[in-house]
Amino acid sequence: MSFPILSVMIALPLLAALGCLFLNANGARWLALGATLALFVLGLVLWGSYQVGGPQWQFMERVSLGTPYLNWNLGIDGVALMLIELSVFLMPICIGASWRAIDKRVPEYMAAFLLMEALMLGVFMAQDLLLFYIFFEAGLIPMYLIIGIWGGVERIKAAYKFFLYTLLGSVLMLIAMLVMIGQAGTGDIPTLMAFNFAPGLQYWLWLAFFASFAVKMPMWPVHTWLPDAHVQAPTAGSVILAGVLLKMGGYGFIRFSLPMFPDASAQLTPLVFGLSSVAIVYTSLVALVQADMKKLIAYSSVAHMAFVTFGLFAFNRQGIEGALIVMLSHGLVSGALFLCVGVIYDRMHTREIAKYGGLADNMPGYALLFLLFTMASVGLPGTSGFVGEFLAMMGTYKVSTWGAIFATTGIILGAAYMLYLYWRISYGAARTAEAKAMVDLDRREWLLLAPIAAVVLWMGVYPESFLAPMRADVGRLLTRLERVTPAGDSRPTSGNPEATKNHLALLDAGEAHR
Amino acid sequence: MNAAALLPELIIGLGAIALMLVAAFLRRPSVVTHWAGILLLVAAAVALVGAPQNAGVLFGGMWAADAFAAFGKVIIFLSAAVAIVMAHGWFERDQEHGAEYPVLILFSALGASVMVSANDLMMLYVGLELQSLSSYVLASYRRHDERSAEAGLKYFVLGALASGILLYGISLLYGFAGTTGFAGLASAFAGPNGSSLGLLFGLVFTLSGLAFKISAVPFHMWTPDVYEGAPTPVAAFFAAGQKAAAILLATRVCLEPMGPATQNWQQIVIFAALASIVLGAVAAYGQNNIKRLLAYSSINNVGFALVGLAAGGRAGAEAVLIYIAVYVVMTLGAFLCVLRMRDADGRPVESLQSLSGLSQTRPALALALAMFMFSLAGIPPLFGFWPKLMVFQAAVGAGLQWVALAAAALTVVGAYYYLKVIKIMYFDAPAEPYAPARSGLETALIALTALLISPVGYFLINPLSTAAANAASVF
Repeated sequence: MSFPILSVMIALPLLAALGCLFLNANGARWLALGATLALFVLGLVLWGSYQVGGPQWQFMERVSLGTPYLNWNLGIDGVALMLIELSVFLMPICIGASWRAIDKRVPEYMAAFLLMEALMLGVFMAQDLLLFYIFFEAGLIPMYLIIGIWGGVERIKAAYKFFLYTLLGSVLMLIAMLVMIGQAGTGDIPTLMAFNFAPGLQYWLWLAFFASFAVKMPMWPVHTWLPDAHVQAPTAGSVILAGVLLKMGGYGFIRFSLPMFPDASAQLTPLVFGLSSVAIVYTSLVALVQADMKKLIAYSSVAHMAFVTFGLFAFNRQGIEGALIVMLSHGLVSGALFLCVGVIYDRMHTREIAKYGGLADNMPGYALLFLLFTMASVGLPGTSGFVGEFLAMMGTYKVSTWGAIFATTGIILGAAYMLYLYWRISYGAARTAEAKAMVDLDRREWLLLAPIAAVVLWMGVYPESFLAPMRADVGRLLTRLERVTPAGDSRPTSGNPEATKNHLALLDAGEAHR
Repeated sequence: MNAAALLPELIIGLGAIALMLVAAFLRRPSVVTHWAGILLLVAAAVALVGAPQNAGVLFGGMWAADAFAAFGKVIIFLSAAVAIVMAHGWFERDQEHGAEYPVLILFSALGASVMVSANDLMMLYVGLELQSLSSYVLASYRRHDERSAEAGLKYFVLGALASGILLYGISLLYGFAGTTGFAGLASAFAGPNGSSLGLLFGLVFTLSGLAFKISAVPFHMWTPDVYEGAPTPVAAFFAAGQKAAAILLATRVCLEPMGPATQNWQQIVIFAALASIVLGAVAAYGQNNIKRLLAYSSINNVGFALVGLAAGGRAGAEAVLIYIAVYVVMTLGAFLCVLRMRDADGRPVESLQSLSGLSQTRPALALALAMFMFSLAGIPPLFGFWPKLMVFQAAVGAGLQWVALAAAALTVVGAYYYLKVIKIMYFDAPAEPYAPARSGLETALIALTALLISPVGYFLINPLSTAAANAASVF
């Protein structure tokens, strides 16, 4: 395929962002919506022409910038494809969610979002180590502006925290990247994924990458930027943050840590499991006592991301596929939950849970969709949350019983804090007059939430559509990890074959019918 | 004798003397000398093209006409030209834009040009002093302004002290090596007495004197005061051209005469590098004056350039060259934006608060300044990221991973105050708007520098790396 669809997908939002700066508020809104919808269509074209079971890297583009370190190398595999789909799907929804909620400096806002989209797509498409870094880091700038300009009361502190936290993690990764380029002589990601670094070196490189991805993910104890950023960011900013930016951490583990440093990954699995266990239990408990809706969902994000790290470091197919589905599902569900918060925030301008109540009476449509997303977050069978979490836990159980115990605790606590939230908001009597007077979803809000609901159900009922493109890549990753895969701590007994045989023999003889 | 190799210096030197004479006979000398000065500098930059600039060591080992020097001279001449352009709009209203200004800049550029071509300690000292003496006068150019006079005096006193230290170092080196030529010194350092106490003392004192010129910690104290007090165009020249010359000079001194003693100076440079980064980052936080902030930013950036120097060898020199080239563009751009900070009466304002909400009153200017700030902080995708990367790459390649790691982690500390400027411009409520822009040429320069450090700059990687590699190949 000679048409450089990936470059076009990066260039289009950039050009639209530039265009927004020269338009008035309404023009910028429509341009941004048009551009993101066009990108969504391009994304569908990309999915359609991706050959499942084809070569590992597709849509490759290679343009040399004349340096051995940095080149414009693009290409995607199934994992990247799915995350790209997630990004282009959420983006028009974000623009729609900001349609009325943002009324100051609209052209700049739309430009920042489009810039953000270009950079996110770049992260998932980059096949050059430093190109990846540039996209990965550059995303901080628009997000810093989005939180800082259009955020809540404490926005400045949150913006700083977000920027500096993430930057600190990333610069360590940068030095590790330079070491890798020095060792391997190339920054080509596919080459590096097959390159065997010395085990001793892997250890340090892994830690440096971990510093970056753990912050981005975020993992306990470096998650503290997330609640602040989420609470202060405008609704659409939270959606992108939870929906896509957090996925970059998981993507980083799949793309870099696991295939490039398999020995170190196996060696440091206890660290990951330990942090994930703490994260699941601790952040779930913290979520339980939050009075602020956005903060609650932010903490639940940290807990859900711990499922991803559990699944990824289980080193088996169920775990990794489950982690990938959790990533996609969480992107949709937490995005939708933030939108739900945004819907009522736009009406009452408070995120305090205690101010609401009884919304099921006056906002039945809203209560229905909110319930669906709550259930998806809890992991109810039939929704996307169930598929991912179940697979991830199964994978975890194969290697670590304790890990599985903590993960399961997380599910129980997750049900507790989400249902408690839903109960306080939707049931009972309205606690304030304003809450009682709120009107149900309008058409725009339906248009934003209904597509997400549809995909959540689709992923819950038929996850195969989403797993199929990624299956081969998970297989390749497993082959790469085969050598280091740890033995599980479960000790399956061989059972009692004699008894079974006798039983079958009896059955054959028809004695059971006597 | 190969006079063609001296052509740029001859153009500037003779041109500056002629300008002084011409100015005495003109009614409005400032306009003529202004443009003539720019013309001379551009002509000198053009004269750098050609074989004689790669003639190697000339004049009995005193002068090196090589690609390294040419690289530095392009930067020096162009930033001097920009400093003259900036001055035009700056001084006019104050009725103090005399003919001397371009002449002094020309002499300073001449001295800087001698510095980067020096291949002998005496030549080095002559160039450095010519450059410094012109700078002292330039710093106090607005002699009726107390701050400017203070800046000039401070600069002079501390500069004289540094020159003394440098001379002492030179005399020690001469005494123990028996020569002031770089080649002779190199063989002395490589010889059996290479680590003798006398030579080491000479090395330390010489480097200290140079550290003053590049304002590396712990010899940085003059920088914020001088940048604050000096007229903005002068401060821009100090931060760009002069600093580039001093760093290139330090690079040559470290790699050529002291090349065999790399082990001895490496730890000094590493200390100066990390200390500069830390101090430049931490001290800048409390600043409320944009010029002081940029002064600390220049200290911070010098630290990163020194990380490249610490790596040593060709790779290190290449990284330093790339760093300086990009740094000069960012700094000039930032100072050009500072020129735009004038209140309604046209008086320059320097407080950070006056930048409040600039993104709403002057979006293009705010965007440009934000780009320079992010670029100085080294945040991708702006081009300021690339030189930082090259410096780290050189350090990692030389086995100094820990230095690279420390420097990289410290960029986060530095990012804090760059972000502060952006926060003021983008998050805060608008303050009183600035006076409208007057000079189209300045606007064009801001746009050009902003374009160069934007992601478009990545297309320049190839020519820049080639030029830097070519320049570094002299070591």
